[in-house]
Amino acid sequence: MTMTLIADSPIDLDAEGFMTDSSQWNEQVAEKLASENGIPELTDRHWLVVRFMRERYLETGTAPSIRSLGKESGVPVKELYQLFPKGPAKLAAKIGGIPKPRGCI
Amino acid sequence: MTLTLEKPEPTAIEPKTIEKVAIVISKGSLEGIYPGLIMANGARMEGIEADLFFTFFGLDAIRKDRYEGIKVATVGNPGLHMPSLIGVLPGFSALVTRMMKRQMEKIDIPPIPEFIELVADSGVRLFACKATVDMFGLTADDFVPQVEDIISVGEFYEQAAGGQIIFT
Repeated sequence: MTMTLIADSPIDLDAEGFMTDSSQWNEQVAEKLASENGIPELTDRHWLVVRFMRERYLETGTAPSIRSLGKESGVPVKELYQLFPKGPAKLAAKIGGIPKPRGCI
Repeated sequence: MTLTLEKPEPTAIEPKTIEKVAIVISKGSLEGIYPGLIMANGARMEGIEADLFFTFFGLDAIRKDRYEGIKVATVGNPGLHMPSLIGVLPGFSALVTRMMKRQMEKIDIPPIPEFIELVADSGVRLFACKATVDMFGLTADDFVPQVEDIISVGEFYEQAAGGQIIFT
């Protein structure tokens, strides 16, 4: 685990760069994490996905599957992959400050 | 003076991550089709490029007339831990299939038609094996629209170049 300073706040990250304490998250942190992970600018559509992932995790304790992400976030699967080419669930979780999704779907 | 054999210079550095997979689905039972679909979807979720190649009875997974009725094999399937004699009873395969589908729905694994749509939308390219298509007397019209092309084994290897091939 490493500690880093993002937008003047101390952030704990695991070995893969996922935040280990979701309460340290804020929008500036999300923007910084996005740009470090190949997404230079977060559009409204990105935010929709990131917020959905984060809220669902905070409510249920688990991140949604790609299936429910595509059905319930308001962003269809095709667009999810256009927004996050390197893996929508994984990247949106990282940017949303929650642990890496463990599900297989 | 001692002579030592020189170590051959490594020609290329092996990449630390898998960048591309080509998955072959060759069986037409529920338990024969799902692993390939789950692996293809899982690859895309990790940002890995993925192709699916359907051959022999695996073609049932992309046949319009069959992909909604895929069943668990209840005969000659030791994994079910019950005698094959029970497996032949009318309706038994349908029963086991229903039970398994219910379990899968619980962990958010979609039914095969929805799964085919999901992987295609995720950027997985779907191919049908030409030899099997010819053998069964099928045409492109027999397949779901997500199928990109009917290709030969040689073309499959061309498409799979630079990646890992997984046979299921």
